Amino acid sequence: MDVTQYFDYALMAMLLAVGVAIIRLRNLFAVVMLTGVYSLLSAAWFTSLDALDVGFTEAAVGAGISTVLLLAAMLLTSRECDKVTASRHWAALAVCVAAGAALFYALPDMAPYGAADSPANTGPGMEYMTRTAEDMKNIPNVVTAVLGSYRGFDTMGEVFVVFAAGVGVALLLGLSGRRREEDQ
Amino acid sequence: MSPHLILRVVAKLLIPLILVFGFYVHFHAKYAPGGAFQAGVILASALILYALIYGMDAARKAVPPWAARVVLALGAFIFAAVGFVSFFFGENFLDFNVLLPTDYRGQYLGILLVEIGVLMTVTAVIIAIFYAFAGRTPEITDEDW
Repeated sequence: MDVTQYFDYALMAMLLAVGVAIIRLRNLFAVVMLTGVYSLLSAAWFTSLDALDVGFTEAAVGAGISTVLLLAAMLLTSRECDKVTASRHWAALAVCVAAGAALFYALPDMAPYGAADSPANTGPGMEYMTRTAEDMKNIPNVVTAVLGSYRGFDTMGEVFVVFAAGVGVALLLGLSGRRREEDQ
Repeated sequence: MSPHLILRVVAKLLIPLILVFGFYVHFHAKYAPGGAFQAGVILASALILYALIYGMDAARKAVPPWAARVVLALGAFIFAAVGFVSFFFGENFLDFNVLLPTDYRGQYLGILLVEIGVLMTVTAVIIAIFYAFAGRTPEITDEDW
């Protein structure tokens, strides 16, 4: 019996608790901080699932940058959010129940965790594990080789998406990075 | 800002370590999980920590907003330019083998150059977005919290 799965259950329970707390809180500062906590717990969970790259990114982007940006955005608006009317709660509950039921319906089709015959472990991904050793004898990290070289075009697209996001925000909120009053 | 003595001292110690860790994540991606995307975010977070502790004006002095915008575009340009180099040798876009034709290390060199472009763009975009948001927020006093 694998003991580490109990860590996963504990982390999932904490994620659920933080998620419920985020929904119930009206103070936006606390919500932003709990969002950071949620990201950090997710990162710990991904690490526990051996998805180090994903956990790394989640910790850096989700817990680090997103929290700061949400905080900066919150300072531009108010510190408290308005009460949501009960009718909208029911609509949200219906959507969540429907989506959750669909996920549980699809659950049996998923391969067991870590299964050797899962599509992810038998598809084209596995071929690169052996190809990388022949093509790039001095790059032991297959993830870097795949992202940097085999899928370089895809990575370039990602960079241009990030570039477009930066340019978009700069154009919307001002290129100079200064307050509007100072410009005038 | 003067009352936060502990925060200022701790930040002064942490920022160089964060920067070194960022470059470690970038250049050690050959062996370990990591890469330019994560490294760029870590490098940018060092500046954001600096801005949070020492104020926006000090941060703007350290990394001017125009520098962030130039680096933002330059990184994406470097990535595409490395890709276009292979056209001049009659190969496919982003085929790194042409960089060192007789050496299997051409792939390594190509990935290194491309990742530097990614690092520049990601770092600069995070900094630019942070400047855009934080630049519009008036400096808040401790009582406001």
